[in-house]
Amino acid sequence: MKKTRIVLAKPGLDGHDRGAKIVAMALRDAGMEVIYTGLRQSPSDIVNTALQEDADVIGLSILSGAHMRICDRLLELMNERGIADKPVVVGGIIPHDDIEILKKKGIAEVFGPGTSLKQLEQRIKELVEKK
Amino acid sequence: MNRKDLLRGDELSVSKALTVIESDRVAARSLIESLPEREYYVIGITGSSGAGKSTLVNWLSVSFSDASRTAVLAIDPSSPFKGGAFLGDRIRMSRATRSGKILIRSMASRGMVGGLSPSIFDAVELLGRCGYYYIIVETVGIGQAETDIVNLSDVVVLVLAPGIGDDIQIMKAGIMEIGDIYAVNKMDTNGADQLANRIRSVLDFVGVKREIVKTNSLTGANVDSLFQLMIKELDKREKRGKIEESRQRRREIAELNTAFSALKEAHSRGVKLEAIMECINRLREDG
Repeated sequence: MKKTRIVLAKPGLDGHDRGAKIVAMALRDAGMEVIYTGLRQSPSDIVNTALQEDADVIGLSILSGAHMRICDRLLELMNERGIADKPVVVGGIIPHDDIEILKKKGIAEVFGPGTSLKQLEQRIKELVEKK
Repeated sequence: MNRKDLLRGDELSVSKALTVIESDRVAARSLIESLPEREYYVIGITGSSGAGKSTLVNWLSVSFSDASRTAVLAIDPSSPFKGGAFLGDRIRMSRATRSGKILIRSMASRGMVGGLSPSIFDAVELLGRCGYYYIIVETVGIGQAETDIVNLSDVVVLVLAPGIGDDIQIMKAGIMEIGDIYAVNKMDTNGADQLANRIRSVLDFVGVKREIVKTNSLTGANVDSLFQLMIKELDKREKRGKIEESRQRRREIAELNTAFSALKEAHSRGVKLEAIMECINRLREDG
């Protein structure tokens, strides 16, 4: 039986990992296998990890404000390495105006503050099924 | 993922193949059998949770990768209730990740209780056939009786750290018997020397000769001595024909695992135990 595998990462210089850890535990309890990479990951670290782990989804937690730059680089590298088919979801503090721009670039979903863990789990399951 | 890409060890193809190995037993066997057999070594790293296994693997895998192609399979536990897992071994392996030469794959134990994962035997065989020469397997953090790693590995390093209890713990059967080499990690903390001495006296009493190395997996101190001892041990075992024995044992267990999961699948599809037993008896009578 195929299990859903998700790589959860915190890119860049952002030490606030409480949110990512809570999401990791929630998805674990939803029956998924969560590969947690921890803090200060570069886009290339994350792409390498997602490739080696054959993740179904890549989740980023970003609260630093650097989401545009990080996502651009990440999507570019995913393309180069041949894993552009993996959906990327972003959570954290993303200004409202940026959400549409990120989605246009190819980010599958943006979860802002107040998203319930149930919603998050549901949406990730949808993305995996769609793939 | 095609055969040619797997044979040249293309990382993306190997990674996708490992997903097949983990999800579909039957497809896994035919995938493995489509590739020619190659020689490889399985290096088992085991020990209690928090002893520093992953952090040691972070160093050791880089040393092995300087010698030949290396992969790491790091196992963490699945929830027995909800089936999910939090796989956090990679977090300690930044050096190995950034070296760009090592394939690291996290695996969940998926209901297996011996410290490994149900598809681990197939996973190492696949990696071996894709050209990985050293395959490092890190077990889940173990307690007293998870000794399956012995059947999988050509050499086992048991990683211990101060704080596991008194000498009574070391005298218990099971886990203390499985190390070919003992690493007493966190050598800078209180009790490390004492632990090494206690292990030494228990081993002396039983009359087995084993190397004990004190290491510090944060600074990397003595990790190179540990690496050299592992290479020496593999060499010694090769000369004594022990490696061939391990390979034979791995093949047998891989076959039994496949047979067991086929039975389990048949059973879950409603095939009755009586029918299965009857079938086995008939096979036996036919010789």
